[in-house]
Amino acid sequence: MATTSPPADQEVAPPGGGRHEGDGPGRPPAVSMRELGRWAWRQLTSMRTALLLLLALALAAVPGSLVPQQGVDSLRVAQYRLENPTLSQWFDRLGLFSVYSSPWFAAIYLLLMISLIGCVVPRAVVYARALRARPPRTPSRLERLPAYVSYETDRAPTDVLADAENLLRRQRYRVDRDLPAGPEIGSETGSGAGSGAGAVPTLGAGSVRAEKGYLRETGNLVFHVSLLIVLVGVAVGALWGYRGSVIVVEGQGFSNTLTQYDEFTSGALAGADSLPPFSLSLDQMTAEFQTEGDQAGQPKLFEASGTVTRAPGEDADGFDIRVNHPLTVDGTSVFLLGSGYAPVVTVRDGEGEVAFSGPVAFLPTDSSYVSEGVVKVPDAQPEQLGFEGLFLPWAVQGSDGVSRSLFPEPANPELDLFVYTGDLGLDDGEPQSVFALDKDDLDLLEGADGETLRLALTPGEQVRLPDGLGSVSFDGVREFARFQVASTPLSWLPLAGLVLAVAGMTGSLYIRPRRTWVRARAAGDRTVVEVAGLDRVSGGDLATDLDDVVARLRDEEEGATP
Amino acid sequence: MNTEAFAQLSNIAVASAAVVFFLALLTHLAEWAAAREVLPARSEPVGARARGGSPAAPPHPAGDTGKVTRSDRLGGIGISLTVLATALLAAGVLFRGLAAERVPWGNMYEFAVASALVVAVVYVGLVARLGISWLGPIVTGFVVIVLGLSILVYVPAGPLVPALDSYWLALHVSAAAIAGGAFVVGAGASALFLVKNRAERRSPGSGERGLLGRLPTTAAMDRLAYRVHAFAFPVWTFAALIAGPIWAQNAWGRYWGWDPKEVWAFITWVVYAGYLHARATAGWRGKGAAVLALIGFATLVFNFVGVNLFISGLHSYAF
Ligand code: HEM
Repeated sequence: MATTSPPADQEVAPPGGGRHEGDGPGRPPAVSMRELGRWAWRQLTSMRTALLLLLALALAAVPGSLVPQQGVDSLRVAQYRLENPTLSQWFDRLGLFSVYSSPWFAAIYLLLMISLIGCVVPRAVVYARALRARPPRTPSRLERLPAYVSYETDRAPTDVLADAENLLRRQRYRVDRDLPAGPEIGSETGSGAGSGAGAVPTLGAGSVRAEKGYLRETGNLVFHVSLLIVLVGVAVGALWGYRGSVIVVEGQGFSNTLTQYDEFTSGALAGADSLPPFSLSLDQMTAEFQTEGDQAGQPKLFEASGTVTRAPGEDADGFDIRVNHPLTVDGTSVFLLGSGYAPVVTVRDGEGEVAFSGPVAFLPTDSSYVSEGVVKVPDAQPEQLGFEGLFLPWAVQGSDGVSRSLFPEPANPELDLFVYTGDLGLDDGEPQSVFALDKDDLDLLEGADGETLRLALTPGEQVRLPDGLGSVSFDGVREFARFQVASTPLSWLPLAGLVLAVAGMTGSLYIRPRRTWVRARAAGDRTVVEVAGLDRVSGGDLATDLDDVVARLRDEEEGATP
Repeated sequence: MNTEAFAQLSNIAVASAAVVFFLALLTHLAEWAAAREVLPARSEPVGARARGGSPAAPPHPAGDTGKVTRSDRLGGIGISLTVLATALLAAGVLFRGLAAERVPWGNMYEFAVASALVVAVVYVGLVARLGISWLGPIVTGFVVIVLGLSILVYVPAGPLVPALDSYWLALHVSAAAIAGGAFVVGAGASALFLVKNRAERRSPGSGERGLLGRLPTTAAMDRLAYRVHAFAFPVWTFAALIAGPIWAQNAWGRYWGWDPKEVWAFITWVVYAGYLHARATAGWRGKGAAVLALIGFATLVFNFVGVNLFISGLHSYAF
């Protein structure tokens, strides 16, 4: 809005007049609830409050980028909790692990939105009227305006005014013309009486009044209303949407039910039972990496292919999901987020039975796909077994004896494991991550030399565990795909809101409301022309533009005189 | 020509651009130093004395006469060098694109170089249109720093990682770079505004003399800052809140996930919205608004430097 517009600028004072009025510094004058409420509302919807709330919003968003967020990376949150137990308690109290859904963050943006509504609605009414307004009356003392030029000419006032009207219309002004009272008396009283009194226009003078830039306010209102649309759109998506991630190993499948997800979040109003009942089976996960040049090891292609059954009983179709190319089923999209390796492991227990056999997904920790994972074997007898360790796709021995991975492709896989025995803690009903061991009741196994036992297996290799606990074999490697399954209803709405916002903002920032007046009055046998301008927002080049108007008027004159 | 040759040409062009920008910076600093020499206390200007010290010559501060001072000449040289350096940098970016056979802003190094180019182009364009060569030292200094630091994250030309292989990348990143380039110019104007504003408040009239005399009036700097920010803000809105989310939707299945990079893009947006508000809020105009513009710029820089280097997130492999 105009920097001059009163609602935006006014200093907010408490109700009941000024702060330093008569009855002493101690008690403020008694005010009714209604007045207080009005005062509070005026405060909330003032420009300064909007500004402070905006700054508060920016500041409040900061911690969420520094502390791991539950909704963004729950694995890192879990890790953080393990590493900093005391601090984490405080973080939990303050909601710092989920800043963007915390009450205090919501409080800020809701206040901002209320302030916005309180600000925009009354203005909308005012400006709807202003949109049809006519250019304001010509001030009697044009020379007091920020930009002012006057000159004399031989042309008649009416001709000058007609030219000015045409010129300003061409410059897309809305123009009104007040005709001179009469040229014959004008020549006599031109310079005398009128100007001193101020209120009455100079007798015999006519003027053109022009205004442009009416749409600026509209743009500004559109912008602010669009922000509300965005908020509503985001809220709908968040309340009715859901999102889950799941790891699927080659040769295995996934069906879209809650229990199959590794991680699942859904809005308060999304029924988890209403997930579209499709299922996938993953045949192949292809991950290719740059093999040459300085970017060797950087990913080149990720592609997951297999078949999808859109509803139980339907025929299966082939699919091909790449990064940036999701598969969409019934408004739910399946995205490929990444890939990794699942070593195939077989564990025999102390009694020689196969207690576990199958691929176990290990999560990549760096760009060379050194991956971390655990194998839980609750069925092992006599004691439960747990393994924790690293998978290296292309293992090389460093000079310090530590294995590293040279490259993300599985040319020389190695599985390094620590072994735990005891109680895996799976029976107490608490949900557990499949990627971490609960070590409370587990003991780390030691080797014959008294040092911690560390197994290093290559494919096809089998090793016995000490103390007759059984054996482990590393049978091979499969790849897995990490999918994100997501549905965000009305996701076009925030987008539409933002597009509208940019459009409105562009109008509001580039349209410059401006008023221009031209007055012509006869003075003797000449005509005095006064041109003045007023910008309603800063940033324009008023003086230059006004000079331009004058130059054009004088051009017309030259064109007309000969 | 083959890929290797283009890649090499690109490196040469970028390196020479950095050198020429540095020369431009030195020239502009010399320009300022020369302006400072012209002390207002002297009853006669340097130029007049050099021509024989005719007492008839009216005393005047440097810079506001038709005479070309040494400082002006240096300024002119600085501009020419900047134009040359910008052309070299443009060639560097172009060759990089030809070498990699894609848009040349697919990693942090390329993004740094491409944004430096945008800053230079925006500045040169505005020098031509609005005569803002008084921003020369700040802009060339900034570009030299960016090009210097970009060596730290240099990677040879190569194809894109799959997540970046989308045409939204081209839109999102180029819009971000254009907005960023304009924000740099806006921050420069706001910073110099604050310097001059402060000096004038402390001792009225100091703004017309010496070094500060080479700057336009505070009102003009404030106006330029506003114009540039008003251009950059909608572009930033498009980059950060439209193109970015569309791309994220395609790549990760959510249009907004409060990833650190997204968080900081949002913070930047909110702070600049605050700047635009501050310009219409009593008590915040001028100084308050300029400070907010600089804070906004700081959040922008932190997003490109701090978040990439210190905070891990989905975006961390890229820019
Ligand atoms: C959700 C929070 C808000 C955001 C992100 C926001 C953003 C913006 C932006 C970017 C502008 C400059 C572009 C334009 O003129 O259209 C602006 C202008 C404006 N806003 Fe807001 N706004 C918000 C809330 C509010 C509130 C609560 C008020 C009411 C007090 C308000 C009143 C204004 C006014 C009066 C202007 C015009 C200033 C001028 O003429 O330069 N805004 N806003």
